Amino acid sequence: MIGKIFRNNLTSAILVIILILLAIVFYAAQIGHMEGPVLLQHLVNGISLGSLFALIAIGYTMVYTILSMINFAHSDIFMISLYFAFFSITVFNMPWVLALICVAAATPLVGLLIERLAYRPLRGAPKNSVLISAIGASFLLENAATYLFGGRPKAFPDIPALTRVISVGSVNFQVVSIVIPIITAAILVILINFIHHAKTGVAMRAVAKDYEIARVMGVNVNGIISLTFIIGSVLAAVGGFMWGAKYPGVTPMMGVMPGLKCFVAAVVGGIGDINGAVIGGFILGLGEVLIVALFPGISGYRDAFAFVVLIVILLVRPSGILGSPVAEKV
Amino acid sequence: MKNINGKTVLTLGVIAFTLILAFILNGALDSYVRRILNLCAIYAIISLSLNLVNGFTGMFSLGQAGFMAIGAYAVAIFTVPAELRASGFYLEPMMPLLANIELPLIAALLLGGLLAALVAFVIGFPVLRLRGDYLAIATLGFSEIIRILFTNMQSVTNGALGIKNVPQLSNMFLIYLAAVITIALLHLLLTSSYGRALKAIREDEIVAEAMGINLLKHKLAAFVISAFFAGVGGGLYGALLGTVDPKNFIFTLTYNFVLIIVLGGLGSISGTVIASFIITIGMEWLRFFDEPLKLFGIEILIFRPGLRMVVFSVLLMVIVLFFQKGIMGQREISFDMLRRIPLRFGKRREDR
Repeated sequence: MIGKIFRNNLTSAILVIILILLAIVFYAAQIGHMEGPVLLQHLVNGISLGSLFALIAIGYTMVYTILSMINFAHSDIFMISLYFAFFSITVFNMPWVLALICVAAATPLVGLLIERLAYRPLRGAPKNSVLISAIGASFLLENAATYLFGGRPKAFPDIPALTRVISVGSVNFQVVSIVIPIITAAILVILINFIHHAKTGVAMRAVAKDYEIARVMGVNVNGIISLTFIIGSVLAAVGGFMWGAKYPGVTPMMGVMPGLKCFVAAVVGGIGDINGAVIGGFILGLGEVLIVALFPGISGYRDAFAFVVLIVILLVRPSGILGSPVAEKV
Repeated sequence: MKNINGKTVLTLGVIAFTLILAFILNGALDSYVRRILNLCAIYAIISLSLNLVNGFTGMFSLGQAGFMAIGAYAVAIFTVPAELRASGFYLEPMMPLLANIELPLIAALLLGGLLAALVAFVIGFPVLRLRGDYLAIATLGFSEIIRILFTNMQSVTNGALGIKNVPQLSNMFLIYLAAVITIALLHLLLTSSYGRALKAIREDEIVAEAMGINLLKHKLAAFVISAFFAGVGGGLYGALLGTVDPKNFIFTLTYNFVLIIVLGGLGSISGTVIASFIITIGMEWLRFFDEPLKLFGIEILIFRPGLRMVVFSVLLMVIVLFFQKGIMGQREISFDMLRRIPLRFGKRREDR
């Protein structure tokens, strides 16, 4: 029932969730005697981290709806995009906007390659085989990155336009913390309109619903699947670029943790729903930042937060916040 | 004791031969080879435990690294000599309750296995209702939570510093004995009515339930037994390494065992054992990829550290994509099968 109310009235649902989160935060802040500006600063950080999670989570949720598989390699596509960004700025001396465009253009090639080589041959194979293939693809990308770029962390180049600190009143934050939510919101609006109104978007939803019938109706299923991977990779690339600007330090294994958390975000929000991925991303991003800010004593457990949320959601509402329960077909 | 026949005697003979061989090789081999062979047996134990859940019961768990960590820490905490502990725990002294308890290795191994089984029991109740990918991601999440807990329990596990000075285990006989016991117990389990129920669940959950198999009870049993063996295997792994550190048990460790059971065949004990040896020895053998290579006086540039893992993961993908059944599929090596091999070749000759 909750899912139905939320789905029929999305904007208000998102507002309600944000309001509930804010109420919790202010209550917690009062207990912790935190001052307004400090809290606001943490909120800005939490929202920007949440937006990054949302960008990557959309890629997971889109692939899951269409192929019903966890694309484990998505986190490594994110990692590869960071290396692309690193090289385009340090080696090719590109200005950052051009680098962003190049990275967003190059990363989907990796996504397409993986879909072509690792997933397409297994279409129709048992689910576990596909899952194992996804794990293998992720493993291969990580090892290839270690081999090609070395295991030592590389410092992501400083982009003054993004990392400059601006102060509003007594709140200080980096430009990038504001840019990320704006970009995420813009992409979200474009994507939702595309999926609901463009012809290709409708075809995409048809494939997600039932790809046999979609094929009969003349939809190019393989093309749609490739397109899904392209969109997911572009979002991961944009997210990766912004991630690098905010948290410099690029290593071959860096995608693993954010990737897992973003998949968790997709599940928490309700897998198969782009809005759900965004809500899940915000819950995890805000939660993680605020837990560390409000209870410094347990900051060592910040990575566990996502998994605790995941397990609670799976037990209470396995289809996620926005998802609708699916009856088992016999 | 009425069905003692030739096959039982043969089986016991093979077991005795393996153990005697392990005992003799223990004295004859140098420490490097011995270490690799020990690792093979330990990987076999853990892969078998994973295969019980993933191959025989048809669930998909990715939590083995977490259960291994529990076993390894049980061994590390209780077998380090009490007087050596203070030097390791210099950030925060060890919890006084634990600081003076010393256990022999075997007791610590069993304790680790039982603790892992207990954790699996507690986790399993809620989690095993999930299916497929959701179960995979939830077990993976739990394995990460266990690791994060261990990283933060400074006074028990020494946090990120890890526990050093674990008395090293290099006795091949003991490790191979553990492996043989694991294989024997799993074989007995899987040929019993419980084992057949597990396989029925793998083939079709709904039909199995309709036939009166209690799904949750059987899945939970498989999960708990699997965690026990993973805990014991993890304990042996910790004792073999000599240091136990949370970073060893990051969830990518589980991928090694997934690879082994896929190569060996999901649902085959003998396949898993064979694959454990192939993969562990193969990983060592592939080391030459990591060293610079000179051919005809020219240095081949692609040979540098990291290539080994790339080759390894490419091989994994090839197996997953083209040999989905693995080496053995769901079959087992048995004496009947060995006897049939010459017959099969004979038949081919006749065909010609």
